[in-house]
Amino acid sequence: MDINLTLIIEGLAFFAVVLLVMKYGWPLFMAAIEERQKRIAEGLAAAERARAELRDADARVAEEIKAARLQAAEIIDRAQHQANLLLDKAREDAVTEMQRQKVAAETEIAAATVRAREELSARVGELVLAGASKILQREVDASTHRQLLDELAAEI
Amino acid sequence: MSGSAEQTAGGGMTEYIHHHLHNLQWQVGAGPFWIINIDTVAITLLLMAIFLGVFILAARRASAGVPGRFQAFVEMVVVGIDEMVRETFHGSSKLIAPLALTIFVLVFMMNFMDLLPVDLLPWLGREAGLPYLRVVPTADLNTTLGMALTVFALIQYFGLKHKGPRLFFKEMFTAPFHAHGFMVIVLAPVNLLLRLIEEAVRPISLSLRLFGNMFAGELIFILIATMTLGASLAHGLTYVMGPVQFLSDFVWTAFHILIITLQAFIFMMLTVVYLSMASEQH
Repeated sequence: MDINLTLIIEGLAFFAVVLLVMKYGWPLFMAAIEERQKRIAEGLAAAERARAELRDADARVAEEIKAARLQAAEIIDRAQHQANLLLDKAREDAVTEMQRQKVAAETEIAAATVRAREELSARVGELVLAGASKILQREVDASTHRQLLDELAAEI
Repeated sequence: MSGSAEQTAGGGMTEYIHHHLHNLQWQVGAGPFWIINIDTVAITLLLMAIFLGVFILAARRASAGVPGRFQAFVEMVVVGIDEMVRETFHGSSKLIAPLALTIFVLVFMMNFMDLLPVDLLPWLGREAGLPYLRVVPTADLNTTLGMALTVFALIQYFGLKHKGPRLFFKEMFTAPFHAHGFMVIVLAPVNLLLRLIEEAVRPISLSLRLFGNMFAGELIFILIATMTLGASLAHGLTYVMGPVQFLSDFVWTAFHILIITLQAFIFMMLTVVYLSMASEQH
């Protein structure tokens, strides 16, 4: 129960333990804990950043899709327009061609008519001549009546 | 207790108690002061070695990665004390948190020796040839006063360091009673006296509080142990006192778990408070 030398030994031993803990134990623990806290904070920040980036990417994707859809609609519109144009042009071409053919055919017909008429008139002259010679029972001198024959043919 | 059977019951009990409260001593010099309580010192050093070994090993292994169970447990104590110190002590000091941790864990471990069966270690000691063995270092006033005086020295060191020598000594004469002019000289001795009392009371109250609690706790364990002292199966009373002893021992042990933790915490907390008071300016 009495105070004796033990007091000094205990006091010094206690102080030595405090110094050892302060020097070799405590800082290591604090360093480890602070390092871990830093890592956790960094991890959380990184997760937050990633989430924000994901949100951005999502928005960008939606925007892109919207733009693509608009563009597709525009392309379809333009294609339709083009198709209409092509159709119109084809129709026009067809009509032109038809008219050209018609004109050609009419010209042909007209030419054929003229030719036929000429041929016919020539033949008519001959027939008339033949008929007349028959009637007259004699040879009509073609060269003598050439003028008359020609006038006749032209009349016909 | 050899020979207690031949003595009267009262004499046996007195001797038993006296024996349990006697330190294993070594007279190193002349006079009552030059004695070392070998049991107190040996058990203290043993506990300190265990504490330092475990703590420094844990600290060396501490990694910033995912902590294991052991590391998590030690970190729980370390972080708890660190936060408590930060709340109480508004300065920066490398010493104060490790000091608080050391006080709490060491005092707890020393107090915990009280929960070991009161006769176990003395009996082993007697078998090993030691005439006396007291196992609770904090039930020895030398331990508690030694720690309290170390704390006292640290308080003065903190005061000098944080206030500077001029303010430190000036405060001794000017606080708590502030005055102007002539009254400063009149109040100076009063202030000095109050300061000296205040400073002296701290280590005394710190050490006596812990010592008193532990000594009383140990004494009650000893008294509970005397219930069946020298009992034999031939006596009817043994069959009554046995269960009573078991029950009271159980209750007191359970209660004592609270006391030893609380006392360790109080010692630590008061130290931190004293140190923060010493480093703050009035």
